[in-house]
Amino acid sequence: MALFQIAEPGESAAPHEHKLAIGIDLGTTNSLVATVRSGIAVCLNDDQGRPLLPSVVRYHADGSTEVGYDAQKNQAVDPKNTIVSVKRFMGRGTKDIAHIESMPYDFIEAPGMVRVKTHAGIKSPVETSAEILKVLKARAEAGLGGDLVGAVITVPAYFDDAQRQATKDAARLAGLNVLRLLNEPTAAAIAYGLDNAAEGVYAVYDLGGGTFDISILKLTKGVFEVMSTGGDSALGGDDFDHRIYCWVIEQSKPQPLSPEDSRRLMMRCREAKEFLTNNPEAPISLRLASGEMIDVKLDVATFANITQTLISKTLQPVKKALRDAGLRAEDIKGVVMVGGATRMPQIQKAIGDFFRQEPLTNLDPDKVVALGAATQANLLAGNKTGKDDWLLLDVIPLSLGLETMGGLTEKVIPRNSTIPTARAQEFTTFKDGQTAMAIHVVQGEREMVSDCRSLARFELRGIPPMVAGAARIRVTFQVDADGLLSVTAREQTTGVESSITVKPSYGLSDDEIAGMLKDSMAHAKDDAVARALKEAQVEAQRMIEATEAALAEDAHLLNEAEIAKIKATIAKLAETMAGDNRRLINIAMDDLGYETQTFAHRRMDQSIKKVLSGRNVDDIEVGEEGEKA
Amino acid sequence: MDFKADYFVLFGIKPVFRLDLSDLDSRYRDIQAQVHPDRFAHAGEAEKRLSMQWATHANEAYQALKKPLERAKYMLHLAGHDIQAENNTAMPADFLMEQMEWREAVMEARSGGDHHELERLHNRLRSDIKSRYEELGQLLDDAQDFTLATDRVRRLMFLEKLLYEIDDALASLEE
Repeated sequence: MALFQIAEPGESAAPHEHKLAIGIDLGTTNSLVATVRSGIAVCLNDDQGRPLLPSVVRYHADGSTEVGYDAQKNQAVDPKNTIVSVKRFMGRGTKDIAHIESMPYDFIEAPGMVRVKTHAGIKSPVETSAEILKVLKARAEAGLGGDLVGAVITVPAYFDDAQRQATKDAARLAGLNVLRLLNEPTAAAIAYGLDNAAEGVYAVYDLGGGTFDISILKLTKGVFEVMSTGGDSALGGDDFDHRIYCWVIEQSKPQPLSPEDSRRLMMRCREAKEFLTNNPEAPISLRLASGEMIDVKLDVATFANITQTLISKTLQPVKKALRDAGLRAEDIKGVVMVGGATRMPQIQKAIGDFFRQEPLTNLDPDKVVALGAATQANLLAGNKTGKDDWLLLDVIPLSLGLETMGGLTEKVIPRNSTIPTARAQEFTTFKDGQTAMAIHVVQGEREMVSDCRSLARFELRGIPPMVAGAARIRVTFQVDADGLLSVTAREQTTGVESSITVKPSYGLSDDEIAGMLKDSMAHAKDDAVARALKEAQVEAQRMIEATEAALAEDAHLLNEAEIAKIKATIAKLAETMAGDNRRLINIAMDDLGYETQTFAHRRMDQSIKKVLSGRNVDDIEVGEEGEKA
Repeated sequence: MDFKADYFVLFGIKPVFRLDLSDLDSRYRDIQAQVHPDRFAHAGEAEKRLSMQWATHANEAYQALKKPLERAKYMLHLAGHDIQAENNTAMPADFLMEQMEWREAVMEARSGGDHHELERLHNRLRSDIKSRYEELGQLLDDAQDFTLATDRVRRLMFLEKLLYEIDDALASLEE
């Protein structure tokens, strides 16, 4: 376990090597992987030079998989076993998925998250997403020529706890060390903000294939602060295709279309939409199965006209996000455009009019999220240089609450709280002798529990029997820097203290993950045991290096005996590491982690004192003079 | 440095109501730059946990000091004066009457879709709140009259809530 690697600006934490880290945009339609090379973020292409990987996974009967363009091509041939847009199923039950009836899959309702029955077995969206991540990981390893220390994976700002947890589980299953889950708009702002090195408040307008997100971010002295987020999870570029489709039908009034005709016409509409980005007029022509011919021309003005309501629909969440941030449109210094749909000129114009400025479009809107993720991954991996040092303070997108009497929600952590954050709440018993109590955690903004997403239900047991109202149970809700919730409960009455940690019910258990890993290994060439050993050895090496670096810097915080003890533990780990017993390596790592805890605390205290000292006294005196004046 | 130290001590600033907010901001950022989990993303579990606790603590402290109402409540808490937010019914009758009048005016403007009237109410209330915070600053920093300050804070809790409701009404009219 690494000790604190706190470097002064301009001084690298680990001068010897560049650590390989990647950023992944795990998208609904397409996914990308990027990294920082010679200080510049670049997308990594596949062997045919293509940066995008269609987020499509096809399962074969023998358990092997096909991911990306090939799977997409065969989608029509094998729809039941070819999973597209799996992101929409992440952390979702059947009742949460829009238009589920029109999807070709055999869905199976399972606790917390839907599963799909394929001829390779029942697959969880986590497993399917892991297949996409594995391909991107392999692409990165081949392109970078080494082991990755970790990845930053982006999620929509509006993803709730279940969806975030599912994304993290998928990464774990793909063998990726997740450095951080990063909100997509924040990633986009990082990609832009650092290039332009600009201070001020920015809006990130992200119109993807099926979702719309808006975020308001403040950039100050290297700090990115998310002030508010908003959006519409059922509005995207696809809706623009649909508007064109409806317009074409209205214009040509054909006989009712077959599903195949309708699919082809939708494709033509999408092509027309893209064509209109750089052309004044787009022809849409299609011969239907009946022999009937559709042949119309759509001009830019008409296109803008028929999609006007869609654009104003995106402006409502924009206004709300501004209000949440306590700002007006004129306070925004720049507007970052994300998602292929923002190439549409009428969107750029509407946004330009609303904010009274040209939106920023100099980075490719399809790549900007992956580029920002790579930039952040590079920083988190410890590859920082003085000039590129920044800190990201993100927020929780949806409020966390508890069910109270009458099915009402009591907010515990309001949305837009800066993470990590925690809140403790005290509960008591309402009956004499009561020894258990149920707690229901929900996420969402609505007043009724039934309108919010249920995250976890759990029971506190073993409360000492007392008269009603005498027990005091302190429940702590902790949201970490990935936006993930954990709950601990502590019963603190008559000296009896018990503590539990609750993982929300939809999250996969460690056993489930282990089982899935085993399954996937059965079809993979690499040996699970060898891989795990290698990972432990890499981790142990990293830990030794970090501890030695910490000792070199801050040995003065320890006495002779403490130093000797840590050095002996390092030696023990180095010795164990040379062997091939993974269990012993892990034990030796735990030992080193334990031995360096106090050291870690002292280093943290020292760094905090250092940052505040030297200026306190002066500042206070200036303040007093200021008041007198 | 420990989690029990008061928030002013954490940031190394004088415990006053009239804070230099930009100074608080910069101290908050400096601390987060040291303790935030992003600084420990590649560290071991124990360090990650410690960093999360510190960053959580710094966020909590910043939230408590950033907004004037929260800051006043926190100062009163430090001075041992309880706000008694839960059983806050014992307000003077004239104040409660005034509140009811405000609320009626807001409801009327809201149901009538009177955007202009809501804006007017908002601005009036906002300037009223502002002068009350100035008074609170004198009570807390100069007079150190915590008993009177407690009463003023209770009133401000009503007024801030009312302001929120007006904003909410304005928002619902815009949508």
